[in-house]
Amino acid sequence: MLKFDNVSMRYPGAGDVLRNVSFHLQRNEMAFLTGHSGAGKSTLLKLIAVIERCSRGQVILDGQNLNQAKDRQIPFIRRKVGLIFQDYKLLQDRTVFDNVALPLVIAGYGHHEVSRRVRASLDKVGLLGKEKKYPAVLSGGEQQRVGIARAVVNKPPMILADEPTGNLDPELSAEIMHLFEQFQQVGVTILIASHDISLIAQMNHRILKLDHGQLVAS
Amino acid sequence: MMKHVVNKKVGKQEPRWQTKISGGNFVDKFHAYRNLHAHALFSSLGRLLASRFSFVMTIIVLAIAISLASGFYILVVNLQQLAGNLEASNQISLFLKDEISETRANKFVNSIKQNPDIQEVKLITKDEALAEFQAYSGFGDAVKALENNPLPLVVQVLPKNSLKEEQALEALLDDFKRSAEVDFAQMDMQWVKRLQSIMEVAERGVVLLSLLLGAGVLFITANTIRLEVHNRRDEVVIAKLVGATNGFIHRPFLYSGFWIGFFSGVAAWFIVTIIMLILKQPIEKLSGLYDDGFRVLFFGFTETLALLFISSVLGVVGSWIVLHFQLRQLKPE
Repeated sequence: MLKFDNVSMRYPGAGDVLRNVSFHLQRNEMAFLTGHSGAGKSTLLKLIAVIERCSRGQVILDGQNLNQAKDRQIPFIRRKVGLIFQDYKLLQDRTVFDNVALPLVIAGYGHHEVSRRVRASLDKVGLLGKEKKYPAVLSGGEQQRVGIARAVVNKPPMILADEPTGNLDPELSAEIMHLFEQFQQVGVTILIASHDISLIAQMNHRILKLDHGQLVAS
Repeated sequence: MMKHVVNKKVGKQEPRWQTKISGGNFVDKFHAYRNLHAHALFSSLGRLLASRFSFVMTIIVLAIAISLASGFYILVVNLQQLAGNLEASNQISLFLKDEISETRANKFVNSIKQNPDIQEVKLITKDEALAEFQAYSGFGDAVKALENNPLPLVVQVLPKNSLKEEQALEALLDDFKRSAEVDFAQMDMQWVKRLQSIMEVAERGVVLLSLLLGAGVLFITANTIRLEVHNRRDEVVIAKLVGATNGFIHRPFLYSGFWIGFFSGVAAWFIVTIIMLILKQPIEKLSGLYDDGFRVLFFGFTETLALLFISSVLGVVGSWIVLHFQLRQLKPE
């Protein structure tokens, strides 16, 4: 599903952020990406979402070489990847329903299909009944679940999460991780960047460890 | 159809995670696309109206710029009508010297008739001139009080149409000026010509002013949209992250530009029309003193449409410029 082949990333003036990173995530696989702050976790995720492009090597997502993707193809690549953020990135002036519906509206789904899928997605994360609420009145855990509902509503084959539990207490974090495992069970490939070592250790999944831009454990 | 059925089935059961990127049947998608446009059209209007104060200020600034250009245009249209009423004939008026008698004047007229370049010659006697002056000048009673008729004999000469060239006409005029009978010779056309050249300058002025103010409208709209993009930066970034195409992101802003241009056009129409209504009465009073063939012209149907169309297009183009150069640089993070 996702293949990194000798990927290096260099920011002008900052040196190599990633150095010769190679790994392969199978379809349906769930993996954690760990490492100290500044080890290159976020950069690696940005390469998959084509927010950045690597300086050397190849990133291949679902058979497509992201380095060779044209600018106008990027939106369609991003529709294959559900993104989840530490700060949720919800639109505060839109209801939960509208937030979750955004990827479907963008993809051009009709009203009925949008409505049906948003409900199914909210049901999945346990927020059915809160469609009309605004993000500000929800708790942190609930906001993150809205973010997850938005990431999966389009049924992407891959989910990327950048420190999804960074702002949550251990109990909520475990709940969120459990939710990810449910998505893995229905066939989604999941890559979660996190430095919550104790939480990761409890779960029996593959761990990719970055140290100063190099993959030291896989 | 197949897909539709599949979707229905899935809806009843647990949603299955498939790797499909787009969905819905064609009709559904077409409706969705149309709804997107309708939504962008009205939500952008709603957003503009929500920020009432800045929206109204922008519209007023743009409307003033547009009404300057279109008001000047209407002014020129009215002046053209005035100039159009004046026939640009080549007529020459010869004012004869005071001591010339009517008999001698008639001889002079006959001699002019011999000239092959002349089409028509007409003598206006002192009495005729006085009667005409009394009727049209508005000094009727004052003229009656005069003991003597102060008006000169006038010979109106109309050269043949073949004599179009400026130089030939000038030569003819000089000939007349040298005649012993003539005190003063004047080509009637000259001031019409001057008016026409003034009109040409004014027309060109309208074009230049419109271009300048149009560019102003373009950049004011662009700046307004730039602020709008800035205010909605989060929304743009999130939309980009979940796979929005540039078209999707641009759409509401383009509609905002359209509304700004359209409302400015409407406001400009009212500004110019109100100004013309205020000026209508004094202008018609003034023109009534000269020649009552003049009517104040307002924006016609076509001109109104053109005004609204041009201002709307300027709004759309203005926002397009910003979107093209700014949103491209707006990286998701």
